[in-house]
Amino acid sequence: MKLINRRRRFLRDALALTGAVALGGCDKLSETDWAPKVLGSATALSHAAQGALSRNAMAREYTEADISPEFRPNGSTDPQSAAYRALAANGFRGYRLAIGGLVAHPMSLSLDELRALPNRTQITRHDCVEGWSVIGKWTGVQLSHVLHMAQPTAAARYVVFRCYDAMDDGSEYYESLGFDDAYHPQTILAWALNGKTLPIPNGAPLRLRVPRQLGYKMAKYLRRIDLVASFKDIEGGAGGYWEDQGYQWYAGI
Amino acid sequence: MPRAEPPGSEYACAVAGSGTTAMASIPEDAMPPQPVEAPRRVKRVIYRHTLPLRIMHWINAVCLLILLGSGLQIFNAHPALYWGQRSHFDHPWLSLGATQTRDGKLHGVTTIGAHRFNTTGWFGVSSMDGQPTVRGFPSWATIPGPQWLAMGRAWHFFFAWIFAINGVCFVLYALWTRHLTRDLVPTRRDWLGIGRSIIDHALLQHPHGEEAARYNVLQRIAYFVVIFVFGGGVVLMGLAMSPRMDSVLGWLVDLVGGRQSARSIHFLFAMGFIAFFLIHIFEVIVTGLGNNLRSIITGRYAIESKTHDETHQ
Ligand code: HEM
Repeated sequence: MKLINRRRRFLRDALALTGAVALGGCDKLSETDWAPKVLGSATALSHAAQGALSRNAMAREYTEADISPEFRPNGSTDPQSAAYRALAANGFRGYRLAIGGLVAHPMSLSLDELRALPNRTQITRHDCVEGWSVIGKWTGVQLSHVLHMAQPTAAARYVVFRCYDAMDDGSEYYESLGFDDAYHPQTILAWALNGKTLPIPNGAPLRLRVPRQLGYKMAKYLRRIDLVASFKDIEGGAGGYWEDQGYQWYAGI
Repeated sequence: MPRAEPPGSEYACAVAGSGTTAMASIPEDAMPPQPVEAPRRVKRVIYRHTLPLRIMHWINAVCLLILLGSGLQIFNAHPALYWGQRSHFDHPWLSLGATQTRDGKLHGVTTIGAHRFNTTGWFGVSSMDGQPTVRGFPSWATIPGPQWLAMGRAWHFFFAWIFAINGVCFVLYALWTRHLTRDLVPTRRDWLGIGRSIIDHALLQHPHGEEAARYNVLQRIAYFVVIFVFGGGVVLMGLAMSPRMDSVLGWLVDLVGGRQSARSIHFLFAMGFIAFFLIHIFEVIVTGLGNNLRSIITGRYAIESKTHDETHQ
């Protein structure tokens, strides 16, 4: 009988513990330093597995009929920095995209120069980390083309995008890509949406498109591009504005 | 078929009725003496669930709980669901929203198709730290409790891996030990008796004695559908939402009508798991909570038969 009682008590405790761990415990664990790191390790696994399974496969391209009536903007929709306001006031005629860091040929390109490069138009789906999707037609130059012009050095590992929009905490938006995504044929620096000049809410005058990742990777209001060996010393060190807030650097799921 | 050695070595190896999980039996001496009556009742304990199955069962239970809570957290970031490739923001088929009346009060409004429901306190608006707060699912149902999408995703994807690996291990183990073909796939005789079984379940008359030693037909169908349709479906629909995987799973996304359809179906499977869970717990309680729990923790399950002879049916 004693044994049965002890077993019953164990059962009850085990159930109560499972419940407590699952509900209250998850909150407490989320606040620790180590638990999010353990949980985050799954992202490396997802990146490796999904990368191996899909390699250079192309994101689905849609038809004109699939295009969303409005390409819903999210995050910054109207940057207020003086530098950006001045450019916008002048119809972005003075805009130049700087490309630097670990490259053999640092350069800066005007919008006209960017538009004169070979371009690619793609009707692709945009998946927001919040869960919704919209479809739009994007035109721009392949990032790989610009990288070939600038020639990354052997030490370069990541492409870092710096933007004009200041976030709530005062820092500037930024993002980064590994070379697998940077050289993917559908990764473009876009200057047109649905056949029209890129509107300000969607990232004028130039934004990144990486259709095989979630929306937050696709930096808007591009200011400059740097090639780096590591992004550990940039801003919060996690490789992007949202990554510094705890979002995954690999945003393929 | 490989069998884990039952704990305690005095198990006499007796019958396993046609196609049952029963593996070894022993009269249970820990039980109080039976009242003498005719026909004589005999209690014996069978070794019902092997250790690997019990471990996988509990890993699965923890994973499901955490995936559900973190999934609802993710859902709350945009508490509306659509059909198709993209979001038709004006026409969600499900939305958990809020309105504010002139007196400043917040009201939770759930819409399903063209129907609107006031769900204040549950969906759309619920109490958070004592304050009515606009959020899809209430904080007691989400992991973590407060609105925190990044952390919800971290929990979800970590436990998605464990859930999927555990699931693959289960299927391989169940094939190897023939647990799948013997215990989970309904037999011909099962199908013939399905009408009777439905009536019995509805009347809460569950199989007793030797009949309880094997899974009955409704149990078989339920477990089979939950494991392969819900389990397989929720994993596939989760992957179909991945923009990276969509570059190779385009056929699957199109098969269900698009990424937003995949998101809806993923959600519906999750609701299916809740429904299964409620029925599962209900059945576990009405068919003997202590006995059932013991069997899924220690593996030992007691069955009662009218006469000793019947055990050799
Ligand atoms: C390998 C398994 C799984 C994978 C890969 C997976 C993946 C995902 C993904 C990518 C999302 C985000 C959807 C969005 O962007 O809004 C999500 C959401 C969600 N998941 Fe899972 N999931 C898995 C298993 C489960 C299970 C087992 C459950 C529940 C029992 C579950 C419940 C939910 C819920 C309720 C949501 C929010 C609703 C939605 O957006 O569909 N998931 N899951």
